[in-house]
Amino acid sequence: MTSVREVFDTMEYGPAPESAKPAEQWLEQRNARFGHFIGGTWTKPSNTFEVINPATGKRIAAVSEGSATEVDAAVKAARKALPAWQALGGHGRARYLYALARAVQRNSRLLAVLESMDNGKSIRETRDIDVPLVARHFYHHAGWAQLMDTEFAGHHGAGVVGQIIPWNFPLLMMAWKVAPALAAGCTIVIKPAEFTPLTALVFGELAESVGLPAGVLNIVTGDGDTGAAIVAHDGVDKIAFTGSTEVGRIIRKATAGSGKKLSLELGGKSPFIVFDDADLDSVVEGVVDAIWFNQGQVCCAGSRLLAQEGIAERLYAKLRARMETLRLGSPLDKAVDMGAIVAPVQLERIRSLVDQGKTEGADFWQPSWACPTEGCFYPPTLFTNVQPSSSIAQVEIFGPVLVAMTFRTPSEAVALANNTPYGLAASVWSESINLALDIAPKIKAGVVWINSTNLFDAAAGFGGYRESGFGREGGREGMYEYLKKVGRAEERRSGRSSSRKAARASERPAARSRRAAELDDPDRGPLVDRTAKLFIGGKQARPDSGYSRRVVGANGRVLGEVGDGNRKDLRNAVEAAHGALAGWSKATGHNRAQILYYIAENLAARSTEFAARVGALTGGDGEAEVDACVRRLFTYGAWADKYDGQVHQVPLRGVALAMNEPIGVIGVAAPEEHPLLGLVSLVGPAIAVGNTVVAIPSERAPLAATDFYQVLETSDLPAGVINIVTGAKDALAKTLAEHDDVDAVWYFGSHEGVRAVELASAGNMKRTFAEWTTRDWLSPADGEGREFLREATQVKNIWIPYGE
Amino acid sequence: MQSKPEPALRLARADAPLRPEPPQPRLTDAGVERNPGTPLDLDLVRTLRVNRSAVERRAATIPTRRTVKKEWQAAWLLRAVSLIDLTTLAGDDTPGNVRRLCAKAARPVRGDLVAALGVEDLRLTVGAVCVYHAMVPTAVDALEGTGIPVAAVSTGFPAGLSPLEERVREIRASVAAGAKEIDIVITRGHVLTGNWQALYDEVRMFREACGDAHMKSILATGELATLGNVARASMVAMMAGSDFIKTSTGKEGVNATLPFSLVMVRMIREFYEATGFAVGYKPAGGIRSAKNALEYLYLMKDELGNRWLKPDLFRFGASSLLTDIERQLEHFVTGRYSAAHRHPMV
Repeated sequence: MTSVREVFDTMEYGPAPESAKPAEQWLEQRNARFGHFIGGTWTKPSNTFEVINPATGKRIAAVSEGSATEVDAAVKAARKALPAWQALGGHGRARYLYALARAVQRNSRLLAVLESMDNGKSIRETRDIDVPLVARHFYHHAGWAQLMDTEFAGHHGAGVVGQIIPWNFPLLMMAWKVAPALAAGCTIVIKPAEFTPLTALVFGELAESVGLPAGVLNIVTGDGDTGAAIVAHDGVDKIAFTGSTEVGRIIRKATAGSGKKLSLELGGKSPFIVFDDADLDSVVEGVVDAIWFNQGQVCCAGSRLLAQEGIAERLYAKLRARMETLRLGSPLDKAVDMGAIVAPVQLERIRSLVDQGKTEGADFWQPSWACPTEGCFYPPTLFTNVQPSSSIAQVEIFGPVLVAMTFRTPSEAVALANNTPYGLAASVWSESINLALDIAPKIKAGVVWINSTNLFDAAAGFGGYRESGFGREGGREGMYEYLKKVGRAEERRSGRSSSRKAARASERPAARSRRAAELDDPDRGPLVDRTAKLFIGGKQARPDSGYSRRVVGANGRVLGEVGDGNRKDLRNAVEAAHGALAGWSKATGHNRAQILYYIAENLAARSTEFAARVGALTGGDGEAEVDACVRRLFTYGAWADKYDGQVHQVPLRGVALAMNEPIGVIGVAAPEEHPLLGLVSLVGPAIAVGNTVVAIPSERAPLAATDFYQVLETSDLPAGVINIVTGAKDALAKTLAEHDDVDAVWYFGSHEGVRAVELASAGNMKRTFAEWTTRDWLSPADGEGREFLREATQVKNIWIPYGE
Repeated sequence: MQSKPEPALRLARADAPLRPEPPQPRLTDAGVERNPGTPLDLDLVRTLRVNRSAVERRAATIPTRRTVKKEWQAAWLLRAVSLIDLTTLAGDDTPGNVRRLCAKAARPVRGDLVAALGVEDLRLTVGAVCVYHAMVPTAVDALEGTGIPVAAVSTGFPAGLSPLEERVREIRASVAAGAKEIDIVITRGHVLTGNWQALYDEVRMFREACGDAHMKSILATGELATLGNVARASMVAMMAGSDFIKTSTGKEGVNATLPFSLVMVRMIREFYEATGFAVGYKPAGGIRSAKNALEYLYLMKDELGNRWLKPDLFRFGASSLLTDIERQLEHFVTGRYSAAHRHPMV
């Protein structure tokens, strides 16, 4: 027994255990065996697997492995509960969300202790960070439910949602998924991670206790197979997943062409950039919060330290000193900084990556104190002298391992920061507001923390760029992930498709408009021959293939030929679009607006000719279509300087700026039905917010698009902002979807084409906006507006704490 | 007059690489070699960076990342007692209440509790007794034979705006009266106007007047407007030869806080790493609970190490704190919650 007298001299920290008893009793009362929560009842435990406390290696519970049958039962229960849940309305749902927030608070310590036992994270973190953020998320979304009718008018819940969550923040990730879904009026089938299912089960009981209607929330436990069954289930309208990029890619492929909405929050290798004018002592604490928080098992962990050369060695020395004072041990000890790694398999992965880092020549450092050998523990680790080419600089380690590199200039810092397939988060440290606010927008990441790190709040959206996924959780932007415009959700179910309508259109006898007839006026002799080319980098270009395609008009006569574009043409177009991107994305909204208006002006001046062309191509009312195009261009000219971001109120002295940033280069495959309006309706919003575009016009009726480049040429549009490649639409769209330097693909065409595009997009996890259902392009309600602008942008949340 | 030549200041600049060799530490378990001061390095002072939000975030987790329980808590609280500058600085101080304070300083914890805790051999006392100049003779007399030093607040405490020569004379008078420690106050205006040279010269002059008495420099952080100013004032005060830097007089609107402390302690570390001289730290004002005192000890231990948990490098300026610690110690011994009136009053 250590005496008071001894400690007086040593001044060591002693044990400070949080009692596990209440959590153990909770488990015992349930025989530590759990079934699924389906349709408001708990199934009998069956086909169970063990849940292990990683700090002790002891089995603490057994939970059931959900099969396709149980997933099916859960989806059916959710489907059954959906109409009443949607009909309940925003206020009714708000009451339930509020009740859940309160229930979480009333049971906060049980949740915190159980989470710590299940995951291995420290009780300090579960008590002070995870659980309070869970309650906050339900409060915030109770608010969105309440305001849904006014703030999301014209939208309703996406339907039955399947949610698959990771083990690193088990309950918090559940809250991030469940709260917006419930608020939006969705019903849920959620699968907690197999390592950490326990707090989800407590939450299921809390949902029961607040009387959440049966079937609104269904919890099916299990491993990846269970998750796959949810993803594959035809009765699910949306999938939300948080986890590895590898699994995210599988889900993207599995859902391709299914019409399921999808949001993915995936991996990261987030940069932590330190400039030489930073407060280095605070930087050190920032690093502690960045990479040693939750043992580094954080998707947005600041795992790549980028330090300006002049201060790098001093910073490393300070870091090493700080690492010596970190305390690692039993997660239920109230005075530890770090707990256990979630599972032996994860520990092994960390070890092998660290070994690889040593082999590759980086300088390895760990503190001198002894790391426990019983249980899954790994000490904080620092690699310096790391090169971007080494694997530890590229691979997400998902452990307490920091890799450090140096940079010379701000632009080199940005280049290093963006030198990754990921784009989840970044941290920027400088005492110069000019520098910090200059750097933040240049980093490809969904969240940028200035002089801070790992700050989260329900009001600020969280989510990635690039291969870190798409979709946001939290804030207004997060709500849209669970909403559909009224009318559209039903269409997917009814299977109304544009390809069928298009087929009907081609069967219909060719209608001859008067203007089309004028084009054929025999008194003037043959029309002067015209060659439609591709439009790449501001220049008219012949197709690489040397072939052309005939274009047949509505009357069945050949109207002309267009180039048969191929993958090389697309490659050139993508390069041109990239060349234009830097300038166009930084152009002012006012500047972009002027150009959009000018395009409209020049189109209007030639409206007779374009109306005739459209009429000849489609047999429809060309005049109406051209008029709609002019209006649409005006709409996006109007939006160009008005699609503002937001300033979120987050709970700190500071602001979170939610900036709407362009996605980058967008591949656009235009719908068949309105050859000019379809193209303009997609290219308009894309360029209005600063993207550049490679457009594939309607395959059947491309001549309106090729005429259109003449309008573009006369409208001061910078070269490369819009590129037009005609040809076989689906094949070209697939090539764009496969292109790793294309940031998003929009596709409007056949169901098969949607599937192919979504499947191919999994390569670099690019965002897709793909539909086979029809839109009424002539109608402003269906053919333009915020919906398109949201698709054209990604939200970056820049957290700016302030105060001198 | 300085007996030793001033060491060249070799503080690392924010933009300079780490020095190849760190300076020789002037610190042992047994004792602290006094900081003789360094020349004023204005470049360094001006490049100090403090990010307030980040400091506040770190400070906020100090109480949540650490705790001590049972034997450890009792031991740490006893250590805290040994670090208290038991203080009375009131306009109505008389020899009567100062003697009572001194008696308490010599026997800060009830004898039965000391016995129950098994720490009789420590002969536990507080770190010092801190009074106005007028009370120095009384305190010196009352503490005779206890080994407890008397500290005198000085230099026109608390505002420090009396004529400079009077402030210097006050120091000399207190030292002559038997004060072993002098708590000086700086001219806040020098900080607020960025007149670092004037601040340096003033503190340097006070230090010379102190002679062998240890000098604690009160920065009055609550009146310095920014944490950046707190950092700069800390560094200048150490360059000018402070033995301790101290937050507050206790009379400002805001007194000791963990964020102020974190900034000052980081500057102490910076100065120590650069010069090898260990400067002590004294938070003062507003520290009333045992729990709060422990939080300061966590901060000192984690930021500067165990060596800064001894009275030669760390003090609390406090008075009512002691009673709360006694209550917690009695709770540890008896398992029952205690009451203030069960402990001899300060």
